[in-house]
Amino acid sequence: MALDQPRKFKYVGTRPARPDGIDKVTGRAQYGNDITAPGMLWAKVLRSPHAHARILSIDTSAAEALPGVRAIVTGADFPPIEGDAGMRDVQLNCMATTHVWYEGHAVAAVAATSQAIANKAARLIKVEYEILPHVTDVDAAMAPGAPVVREGQTMENVPAGMSANVTYHSEFGHGDLAAGFARADKIIERNFRTAATHQGYIEPQACLASMTADGRGELWTCTQGHFYFRTACAAILGIEASALRVTASEIGGGFGGKTQVWAEPVALALSKKAGKPVKLTMTRDEVFRGTGPTVTTSITCKIGMTKDGRITAGEATLRYSGGAFHTGTCDMGAMAAFASYDLDAVRTYGWNVLTNRPKEISYRAPGAPQAIYAVESTIDELCQLLNLDPLDVRIKNAAKAGTKSSYGVVFEEMGLLAALKAAKAHPHWNSPVPEGASRGVACGFWFNFGGNTCVSLNIGTDGTVAVSEGNPDIGGSRASISLMAAEELGVPYEKVRTVIADTGTLGYNDNTDGSRVTFAVGLATIRAAQEAKKDMMRRAAAIWGIDAEAVEWVDGAAVPAGPNAGKFPPMTLAEIAAQSFQTGGPIAGHCDFQADGAGVSFGVHIADVAVDQETGKTKVLRYTVFQDAGKAVHPDYVEGQMQGGAVQGIGMALNEEYIYSDKGVILNPGFLDYRIPVASDMPMIETVILEIPNPGHPYGVRGVGETPIVPPLATLTNAISRGIGKRLYELPMSPPRVLKAIKGH
Amino acid sequence: MVKVALWGTLRQHADGQAEVEVQAANFKQLLDELATRYPGLKPQIKRGVSVAIDGKVYREAWFTPISPDSQVVLMPYMVGG
Repeated sequence: MALDQPRKFKYVGTRPARPDGIDKVTGRAQYGNDITAPGMLWAKVLRSPHAHARILSIDTSAAEALPGVRAIVTGADFPPIEGDAGMRDVQLNCMATTHVWYEGHAVAAVAATSQAIANKAARLIKVEYEILPHVTDVDAAMAPGAPVVREGQTMENVPAGMSANVTYHSEFGHGDLAAGFARADKIIERNFRTAATHQGYIEPQACLASMTADGRGELWTCTQGHFYFRTACAAILGIEASALRVTASEIGGGFGGKTQVWAEPVALALSKKAGKPVKLTMTRDEVFRGTGPTVTTSITCKIGMTKDGRITAGEATLRYSGGAFHTGTCDMGAMAAFASYDLDAVRTYGWNVLTNRPKEISYRAPGAPQAIYAVESTIDELCQLLNLDPLDVRIKNAAKAGTKSSYGVVFEEMGLLAALKAAKAHPHWNSPVPEGASRGVACGFWFNFGGNTCVSLNIGTDGTVAVSEGNPDIGGSRASISLMAAEELGVPYEKVRTVIADTGTLGYNDNTDGSRVTFAVGLATIRAAQEAKKDMMRRAAAIWGIDAEAVEWVDGAAVPAGPNAGKFPPMTLAEIAAQSFQTGGPIAGHCDFQADGAGVSFGVHIADVAVDQETGKTKVLRYTVFQDAGKAVHPDYVEGQMQGGAVQGIGMALNEEYIYSDKGVILNPGFLDYRIPVASDMPMIETVILEIPNPGHPYGVRGVGETPIVPPLATLTNAISRGIGKRLYELPMSPPRVLKAIKGH
Repeated sequence: MVKVALWGTLRQHADGQAEVEVQAANFKQLLDELATRYPGLKPQIKRGVSVAIDGKVYREAWFTPISPDSQVVLMPYMVGG
């Protein structure tokens, strides 16, 4: 499917208005909390005040006696899951049974006739705890004698003798490390730490659940994947998946954080018990305490470099904690750490460690920002020590097509070198650093993937097109899917409407994650459109009385393929559709498949910052993002992803962190104390889209959603460290931490 | 026979080999053969693996064909945000 010649597009690459725009700016869009039902009850979850405790008893009698209370559930109301350890963890995270493993862990839930009654009833539930020792720091959790978060979680790949909190180990890489380091003129080894950060979506988790007496259910929820939510809820409740229909609402941000269930199984269990619909909406406080942030990490990185900037060897040890549950995020970090570089000798080691923190869930390129932060910071320090240009060094070492990556895969065509060269040629890099400011640069990477995808495309008798797809639209995907349908069919964008179908009306679709939707759903839409086109050409041929093979599709119409096919005027899609009842019935195309060949993604960021020497506060003065999009289907949304990802990465770099008390209690569960960047903090993020076609997609599309969160951590570290003349090794670089570095104490 | 590259921590369950040769014409046969010949790999295969075939990453796709000269790399199951 390689593109020999750049394809000329009519609709793809344009910037039409988004189909959901009017509803969203006028407040008509239906988000999770906007859905209601007659007779609906309101729910409240009771959460653990302790970081680690054994549940001795739960007394719900006083709450049950409160007028208006209709149902109470605890862990005892959920059938134990056997065999699937991952899903059992999801269930135990939704509702604790014998132990609570973090402050905020759900222990009971109430449904009542008003939110006020539900809240009051939750406070009347008496839980007797035996408080156990806790640990929230990843290094402390690995130390001998650390409090054990959960016994028996260690997997077969962990060497004997380690802390019981170490559950998983992985190793990647190739080549002779010792020989590589021996060739280096300079070797440095540095330790880094990053804090847990939250996705910070504007819309808290919210759902409406309705179970009926015959065991069937409906669920309306804000989610990144209603098909997975159906699977998970069915497993957790012990019902068949087909008994539950899930409809995705509009979504007020997800960034990975809404790829897992928290509220939904609880709301369904309450509804089942009460026999009424139940609405469950989390508060912001609950979102911070009870849903997944990123991993918290401790990383050691060692790199050797020659005097002329060739990296001879790289080694990194990643210690990741995703809370009290197993997570494979350390794998993703360990594979991604050195992916930007063509190295003869590279090794990475991943460790997963349990701590008494909430269960981690994906956040844009999960695991990669932290690992690449360490690598890109170490490279930058080596560049300073060897007096080398940091962009030239990255160009010299950049991975390219044919490079054996640090995780073993040989890369196909990709755009890192193009992004680096674009950065080097850009006015930002070539402009003088402003007085009192400093400049940083870093690379980033994400794998991208495709996955299970199902699309139906229907041609209306009036010549309009309806696309049904199954991935909640987070970043404008309905517009992008409509553009690809329009392109393939040759009809105006305005004639196509894309909707997100519920789980009862379309085959399974993987979550909206992994930067997969524009790539995978787009590919499925193109294939569905091709099927519909084939049918329309067959019908035109029948009308004309010629062979179907003698018809081709040009600019939205069937036309005879050459002079020998006969002389007929083009028959447009609308004309064929208008006659569909007479020519064989409805016209549709369908595609269900596993999309593969997503194509890796790279980006390069440049930042200019000014650090206030008196307060330690960092101001971002200028920021430019360079990224390979393969083909930008709707450039506004590609730029939006690049800007949004960059801002979230800047938040990770400068301010965002979960702060714990010595009792393991989160001290900043709200946006006043957990500081995410806002518009007034940021300059306009400049974007440069590179288009190096992905050979795995007919239009050359690559996913773009995750890579842009990766480089900012090191980009800002490098800029700030160069600015204050001292290297920083811990995130966030909040004003107190930067001030401490400036003052030297 | 297909050569399959294993990541570091799997090698202890494959007699220390970084690369093993198995008889497999698709992803499923590859997993079945690996689990049969190297039982120590079973827990990881059960938890989930992806496979890269000639640079393309497949998360499931049992029947993805593998030719004898394919470059095959076993990877952990990929997740994203």
